[in-house]
Amino acid sequence: MTKEQIKELEKFALEIRIATVECIKSRGFGHIGGSLSVADALAVLYGSVMNIDPSDPKKADRDKLVCSKGHAGPGVYATLALKGYFPYEKLKTLNQPGTDLPSHCDRKKTPGIDMTTGSLGQGTSTAVGLALGDKLQGRDCRTFLIVGDGECDEGQVWEAAMFTAAKKLTNLVWLIDWNKKQLDGYVKDILDPFDLQKKFEAFGFDAVTVDGHNVEKLYEALTKKPGDKPIAIILDTIKGKGVTGVEETVKNHSMNVGQDVFDSWLQELHEKQAAMNE
Amino acid sequence: MEIVYNGTKDTRMFNATIFETIDALMKEDEKVVWLDADLMSCSGTAKGQGERYINCGIAEANMIGIAGGLSASGMKPYAHSFGTFSSRRAFDQAFLAAGYAGNPITIFGTDPGVTAAFNGGTHMPFEDMALYRALPEATVFDITDIPMLIDVMKKAKDMPGVKYIRVPRKGSYQIYADGTSFTPGKGALVREGKDALIVASGIMVREALEAANTLAAEGIEAAVIDPITVKPLDEALIREWAEKTGTVVTAENHNKIGGLKSAVEDALIGMPLKFGYVAVEDVFGEVGPEDYLRKQFDLTPEHIVRVVKELKA
Repeated sequence: MTKEQIKELEKFALEIRIATVECIKSRGFGHIGGSLSVADALAVLYGSVMNIDPSDPKKADRDKLVCSKGHAGPGVYATLALKGYFPYEKLKTLNQPGTDLPSHCDRKKTPGIDMTTGSLGQGTSTAVGLALGDKLQGRDCRTFLIVGDGECDEGQVWEAAMFTAAKKLTNLVWLIDWNKKQLDGYVKDILDPFDLQKKFEAFGFDAVTVDGHNVEKLYEALTKKPGDKPIAIILDTIKGKGVTGVEETVKNHSMNVGQDVFDSWLQELHEKQAAMNE
Repeated sequence: MEIVYNGTKDTRMFNATIFETIDALMKEDEKVVWLDADLMSCSGTAKGQGERYINCGIAEANMIGIAGGLSASGMKPYAHSFGTFSSRRAFDQAFLAAGYAGNPITIFGTDPGVTAAFNGGTHMPFEDMALYRALPEATVFDITDIPMLIDVMKKAKDMPGVKYIRVPRKGSYQIYADGTSFTPGKGALVREGKDALIVASGIMVREALEAANTLAAEGIEAAVIDPITVKPLDEALIREWAEKTGTVVTAENHNKIGGLKSAVEDALIGMPLKFGYVAVEDVFGEVGPEDYLRKQFDLTPEHIVRVVKELKA
């Protein structure tokens, strides 16, 4: 990657963070922590890796994203709006009555959402189904699956992981958002997943751990050609990354703060944006 | 609709029919895919050849989730396990990955109710219809015989929503003529009668016909309706014959809560009539030969006769 390409993706990630905060600010509360932790991965996926056409969101041979941690909807919506799947102003309808942007991703409501998620663990199996369906129909495309580290508590995640490797579904790429926290606190205190990379290796994956906030490293991992084994990328991330007030809050899964606090978060992000554009 | 019931058992097996039908559907439609959860030897599909026969291993929740994803990619998945596992074990997946997400799939639950026999109470679904009835936009088939299974499997392929097909694996009595076409939501009037109406589904249709024969010998003419789909229920047909007869009895191989009895009762709200039921009395299943279990849970022609006569007394 050139320095310019890296900078473009970093700018896009920052725009995603701003849009995410504006989206959640419009409702006053929402799943901020896990949306911000995957902003860089979303920027690299939608900014350079995925073969997509926002004007044709149902195109059969598009690359697909399943955000199995469906509560990161605001982060995904922010990305889709910035890519032109729907007007930016729609972000401000999050969780309003009749909205197309519910808390959790919904393929029937939101242009660009490839799979409905929200019951944790379930997106892993539906992502397998999407990748398997593409393979059976001879399509040259990939499915990218984002799974939370807390979500790995769910047994279904490991059923789907076993299937992915056993059936050599190399057109499915797993990304595990290792942000170290879940709703009730730190994952190591609630149900320690131990070494996620070793676990995925033991399940038959070509697994790697990367800095989930380094767009260059993310690009490298996401564009690697798979061999016989499917790829699992453990994203070493910080829950709430990019907004100091969120990062420093232990329980930042979903936050309910005043508009002035949201404004202070946006100010911090806009200052970073101004510095980046200098 | 031609009724061919003559009291003798059909020599054909449900599981062999499942395989023959799905194999034919695969040949005519390249989008058809069969998923199983280490029970291909039971569903008859172990002989299936090609990449569209997929054994997911003993992971029913994952299997139904995969079916949802396959559907979203444009495939037409049929997924099988025993009724216990394809309902209770995978219900959240059927609800979200298929139903809520708008991904049409067809789910088989074999060994319904007492037909689980020697696998016992752990494997005896008396609640599967209740679960799937509560899933919006779902269609619930309680399969009566081989011609119905064949036609329903073909129709399910291109129907929206979740289709739940509960069907035994082994033999049956043929009720409908080969080649009969069924319409989801349209019941079949299997027998006419002016004195009582028996609404029976699945294996209880034959029991209802036998009960009707016994009742006729005693001067009570009972009509028999097979709803074909317990959801959506043919409320118009049932209300029409309920009004004609004034006495309604339901008969099902299922818990009395949430299945056919509940559906028919809902359909008859506000009608002045006598109502009775033959169903499992909200208890767990147990192990044993099927004929023993039918008696144990009162799923017999004799019990249907008893309930009708009590109402007519």
